[in-house]
Amino acid sequence: MMTPDTAAPDDVIRRAARLRETLSTGFRDEAVRSLYSEASRIANRATVRDGARPDFDQRIDRLVTSPIFGLPIMALVLALIFWLTVAGANVPSAMLADALFWVEGHGVRLFETLGVPWWITGFLWNGVYRGLAWVLSVMLPPMAIFFPMFTILEDLGYLPRVAFNLDFLFRSAGAHGKQALSMAMGFGCNAAGIIATRVIDSPRERLVAILTNNFVPCNGRFPTLIMLATIFVGAAFPPAFASIAAAGAVMGVVVIGVGVTLAVSWALSRTILKGEASAFTLELPPYRRPGILRIIYTSLIDRTLFVLWRAMLTAAPAGAVIWILANIQAGDASLAQHTSDFLGPLGRAVGLDGAVLLAYIIAIPANEIVVPTLMMIYMRTGMMTDVTSFDDLRRVLVEENGWTMLTAVNLMLFSLLHNPCATTILTIYRETLSARWAAVGALMPLGLAFLVTFLVATIWRLIA
Amino acid sequence: MSAHNCDTCAVHAELERMGVSTDRFDRVVALAGNPNTGKSTIFNALTGLKQHTGNWPGKTVSRAEGGFEFNKVRYKLVDLPGTYSLLSASHDEQVARDFLLFGRPDVTIVVTDATALERNLNLVLQVLEITDRVVVAVNLMDEARRKGIDVDLRSLARDLGVPAVGIVARTGDGIHALLGQVDAVASGVVTTSPLRVTGTGEFQRAVAELLPMIEAAAPGVPNARWIAIRLLDGDAEVEAALTSGRLAQLAVEQQQAAPAFSRKIALDGAQ
Repeated sequence: MMTPDTAAPDDVIRRAARLRETLSTGFRDEAVRSLYSEASRIANRATVRDGARPDFDQRIDRLVTSPIFGLPIMALVLALIFWLTVAGANVPSAMLADALFWVEGHGVRLFETLGVPWWITGFLWNGVYRGLAWVLSVMLPPMAIFFPMFTILEDLGYLPRVAFNLDFLFRSAGAHGKQALSMAMGFGCNAAGIIATRVIDSPRERLVAILTNNFVPCNGRFPTLIMLATIFVGAAFPPAFASIAAAGAVMGVVVIGVGVTLAVSWALSRTILKGEASAFTLELPPYRRPGILRIIYTSLIDRTLFVLWRAMLTAAPAGAVIWILANIQAGDASLAQHTSDFLGPLGRAVGLDGAVLLAYIIAIPANEIVVPTLMMIYMRTGMMTDVTSFDDLRRVLVEENGWTMLTAVNLMLFSLLHNPCATTILTIYRETLSARWAAVGALMPLGLAFLVTFLVATIWRLIA
Repeated sequence: MSAHNCDTCAVHAELERMGVSTDRFDRVVALAGNPNTGKSTIFNALTGLKQHTGNWPGKTVSRAEGGFEFNKVRYKLVDLPGTYSLLSASHDEQVARDFLLFGRPDVTIVVTDATALERNLNLVLQVLEITDRVVVAVNLMDEARRKGIDVDLRSLARDLGVPAVGIVARTGDGIHALLGQVDAVASGVVTTSPLRVTGTGEFQRAVAELLPMIEAAAPGVPNARWIAIRLLDGDAEVEAALTSGRLAQLAVEQQQAAPAFSRKIALDGAQ
């Protein structure tokens, strides 16, 4: 027999294999079984149940996860949240914009009185400050309403029910049922959603979940969608129905997003990531009364301020870049004008315009600032210098820049489908440790965004 | 972060929350347990950090680290992903298992759900196979009471051979008693005699035969017994780790804190 002090790893493994043969078959199953029966014995001895109390949770679950009512209830809850957000955010957004632009006006005048050179005034107030002001007024109110409600749902224990309801859809798409969970996280933040895919065991299904997470709009993109829905879709209806119509539009975009997630998962599972869906168990946790303080903390500090801070960090330089592009003249027009003219044909082919594409390029670090960026480009390249209310905004977009319902719809679609933000792309790289998958995760959605908006624009123009 | 802003809570008498500052610590405590049993809530209560908590399983996917001081002893607390077992190959279970095996926590708190004790005990028994310095925290005692379930903690502690403490993590009830037991187990005031579900005699003999060989092949590896069981089971991953020398490397890796990473996870929640 070999002496222990000379044992090499291979010897140990060989010995283990030999010993395994001497053991009666299924010895480990036996051990696992005895573990389970021991757990059961100890638990039974330690727990006393006083009678069979009717289980309230189970009765609720029977309703919210029922095959008939499950999905409609889910859609209703989501639509209600969107409606409350749209209806509630409108007035504070407008007030905030008024206040912030009032400050800009006075700031500019103050600088002029002090004799500060025009380009410093312009750069700081009309560039950097305006970028921040737009981000604050467009994003803060919807977030301050949407996030607490989303957090309540999370705390209540509703998210696993969502996963349960969607499980059969994901399985028939060849994806893992838990992808519904990482998708739900994606509504908060796509980077977080991608990290959440670690709960999926199979590498194939995990990749599917990672690559498709971007198709649900994140916290950053919701304000864009909500704003577009409010000033275009909502405004096309009588005031009484405006917010319902706007909420319906946001809801529609989310449904399209989930649909695209399923369709792309299906396509991936049949092409480059072939395979079957694996089974899993999903625990439905008990419903818990949400802790109010924690909800306020999580939704306002972790989510609202986190997203806002990130947006402001990127909006300030973006505002500066736009101001510079708009104020450096090359020939007869500014650099911003030239770039936006250059991108024009491509933009119009997909139902948008050159300025939108330019805004997307500038906003790549954090695409939630796309709309504020866009506003700044329009104001710099067009004749309008001051927009101080959402009505003005709509007027500028429609009258000065030729926006139509198609532009709004396609911008919503583009915002839903296009490439993820820089943080998310980096997260894909970190999770897959592959530049190739990170590239796929960035380019595949971008291609899809162009394809879908192009098709919509073409069909729209044929019909209209 | 000062803890003296809430003098009415008994917990704060000897508890000092230290947030992410874990560079100097005397003891390492791991938080293990099934998903959605309140590990992150306990983590936040003890460290004063705001690791994202939410009512759904699988929310913590990496380990988060924080610090606290109790009875003048500094602890590093490691919040592990929730797992149902330690046997599967998924990323989150591996993170938890690697840390329990190679991170050598001084004490492991296994957080269990009082309303589903039987399922939770499966994991407790598996953790007891790896380490004997365990304190079982029976969380959600309030929810269990509402459902008409009463947990006899003394019977549980007697059967498992390790301390069992009932807590309500969300209100902080019982946290103080829990820390007292952690302290007692870590300092050796309380000696545990964990229940080991041992299997048949021939199995025991096979494990005993492998033990010295493993210790020779991978010196300094803790939990040779667990590795022996996995090898007998034909766990390809453990075999590969042994051959490549990764076992030894894992032991080193798990000792190192990952401050930047855990700070990010702990503070951003959503990263």
